[in-house]
Amino acid sequence: MPALPSPPTPATLEARPGESGSPCLVLSGSLDAQGAAALWRAAVEAVERAAGAGDGGSAVAGAGAAANTIMVEASAVASCDTAGAALLLEMRRTAARRGAELRLSGLRPEFDRLLAPFDPGEFPSGRFRPPSPPVVEEVGRMVVALAADLRAQVAFVGEMVVEAAGAVVAPRRVRWKDALLTMERAGVNALPIVALLGFLVGLILAFQAAVALRQFAAETFVANLVAIGLLRELGPLMTAVVLAGRSGSAFAAEIGTMQVNEEVAALSTMGLSPARFLALPRVIAGVVVTPMLTLFMNVVGLLGAAAVVVSLNIPPTTFLSHVRSAVTTGDLLGGLAMSVVFGLLVSAVGCYRGLQTGAGAAAVGLSTTAAVVSGIVLIVAADGVFAVIFYALGI
Amino acid sequence: MATPPTTSIIRVENLWAAYGGTVVLRDVSFAVNRGEVFGILGGSGCGKSTLLKHMIGLLEPAEGRVFIGDDDITRAAGRARLGVLRRFGVMFQGGALFGSLTLIENVRLPLEEFTRLPPEAMDLIALMKLKLVGLLPFARHLPSQVSGGMQKRAAIARAMALDPGILFLDEPSAGLDPITSADLDALILTLARALGVTFVIVSHELPSVLAVTDRVILLDKNSAGVIAQGDPRRLRAACGDPRVRRFFNRETSIC
Repeated sequence: MPALPSPPTPATLEARPGESGSPCLVLSGSLDAQGAAALWRAAVEAVERAAGAGDGGSAVAGAGAAANTIMVEASAVASCDTAGAALLLEMRRTAARRGAELRLSGLRPEFDRLLAPFDPGEFPSGRFRPPSPPVVEEVGRMVVALAADLRAQVAFVGEMVVEAAGAVVAPRRVRWKDALLTMERAGVNALPIVALLGFLVGLILAFQAAVALRQFAAETFVANLVAIGLLRELGPLMTAVVLAGRSGSAFAAEIGTMQVNEEVAALSTMGLSPARFLALPRVIAGVVVTPMLTLFMNVVGLLGAAAVVVSLNIPPTTFLSHVRSAVTTGDLLGGLAMSVVFGLLVSAVGCYRGLQTGAGAAAVGLSTTAAVVSGIVLIVAADGVFAVIFYALGI
Repeated sequence: MATPPTTSIIRVENLWAAYGGTVVLRDVSFAVNRGEVFGILGGSGCGKSTLLKHMIGLLEPAEGRVFIGDDDITRAAGRARLGVLRRFGVMFQGGALFGSLTLIENVRLPLEEFTRLPPEAMDLIALMKLKLVGLLPFARHLPSQVSGGMQKRAAIARAMALDPGILFLDEPSAGLDPITSADLDALILTLARALGVTFVIVSHELPSVLAVTDRVILLDKNSAGVIAQGDPRRLRAACGDPRVRRFFNRETSIC
C-alpha cells in the first residue's frame, strides 16, 4: 500500500551486536525516498563493515556460517515504498558481494511484498552509464560522417536539378499549388525583412564610404561603390542568408516533423517520391523568389544609399547618373545568376535536412539548425566559386 | 476484489467543460475509491480525454472542482499544486517518453528532480520499476528502439517512479495487439492488487475494460455527461438504457 499521508518519522539505522554473535542492524522509521536517501550510504557502509567484521570474527573464532550472517531488524519500519525496498535490496546485494548473507526479520508483510518480485542478483551493480567510445574513434567517426554528409548534400542538390528538369518536360507532375504557397511564404512574406536589411545595408555602406571618400573630396563616388557592392555581392549574399534563416529552416522543420510523424514514410509507400512531392515545390519556389528578393534588396539598398548621398548635398540626379555609369547589365545579371544558385542551394539543403531527420522532437531541432548552418556554408562556398569564375570570364 | 474501506481518493464535483461554445462535459460528478481500478468509458469524441485532462490539472474547468485526496487540483497553485501532482502519475496515450533519453533515464528523471537519493540508488529504483513492467533487458534502449507496447509499459514505469498512489492511464490498449494488450492488463491488475495503486483508465477497448476495471462510468457524446456507472460486467448484462446497451454489446447504429 502506498504510504498514507501520515507524519513521517525520520528513518534511522543502528548497529548493535546480535545475540548469536552475528552483527545486527536495526532499521526504523519511514523508509520512503527521503529516508532511503538519508540512510543509503550509511546503510551500505554498515553492511560492508558488518560483513568485514564477520569475516574477521570467523577467522579468529573459526565459527564459520554464523559470523557470515548479518541480521537486519526491521519491525520498527513504519512505512516503506520502492525507495525503501531498493535500500533493502542494495543492503542484500552488498552483503552478497562480501560473501555474507543478510537476514531480514520483522518487516511488515505489506512491505515485504514490495521486495518480493526482486532478486538482488539480477540488477547490474555500479553506476549505470552507457560506455563512451575513445576520443580518436569519435573524431574518426565524425570525419567520415561529415564527408558522407557533404556528398549526400551535393547528390541531393543534383537530384533536385534532375527533378526540376523533369518538371520542365512534364510540368503537371509538379505540385504547383504547394510551390505557389511556398513562394508566398518564402518570398512575399520576406519583403519587410529584406527591405529593412537592404535599406540599412545601403545606408551604412554609403555612410562609411562617404566618411572615407570625403578625405579625397570624392563623395560623389559613394554611388559607384554602393551600386557595385550591392549588385554584385551584397544583394545576392544578404538575400540568400535571409532565405536560409527564414525559409531553409522552415523547410527543414516542416519536412522533419512530417518525417517524425511518419508522413514521409506514408508518401513513400504510396509510391510518391518525397523528393518530388515535398522538396521540388519548395526548391522551385526558392529558385524563383530569391532573384526577385535580390532585385528588391538591390533597389531598396540603393534607396538607402541615396538617402545618405542626398544628405551630403549631392543632387539625386548625380547619384543616379553615377550609378548608371558604374554598373553594367553584366553586373546585375551576374548577381542575379548567383542568387538563383543560392536559392537552389538553400532550399535544397533545407529540404534535405528535413528528409534526413531522425526520431524524436530533438531531431527536428537538430535538422533545422543543420539546415541554416549548411545553407550559409554552401552560400559562402558558392560565392567564392562565383568570384573565381567571374574573374576568369572578365565579367 | 475484497474492497478495502471505501474512502474516495478522487472526487469530481459538478464539472463543466467547454471548448469555445461547445459544452463537452455537463455537470459531471463521481468519485474514485482508494485501491480500485476505475474506468472512464465512452465512444470517440465523448469527452473522455477532456475529463482526464481536467482530473490531472492540465485543463481548468469552466465550473466545478476536482479533489485529489482533500486537495482541489483546480484551485491549487505553487507548492500546493506540486504536492498534489506528486500524488499521481500519468501515462499518456502515446507514452510521451522523452525521445532523447534511454528508458532508464526516462524513469530516473522524476527521481533526480524530486529526491536526494544517491545516483546508484536512483539507478536501482529505476531498474526495479523497469523490472516490474518487464523491461529490465531494455533499460539502455532509446524509446524509438522498442515497440509501442514496450513504450507504454516504460511510460507506466516512469509514472510510478515516485510511488504515487494513483495512476492515470490514457488509452492503455490503443494501438496494441491483443496479446500485448492482455499483458498490459495483467500488469495493471498486478500493480493494483499487489501495491494497492489506484488506477483511473480512460479506454474504449471493451475486452480490456471488462478484464481490469472494478467500476466504470460511461460518457455519452450527445448528453455530454455520465449516462451510467457501476460494475462494467453488470452494466453489460443488464441495463435498461439503450445507449449503454449499444456501447457494451457493440450494436451498430449504422445500418
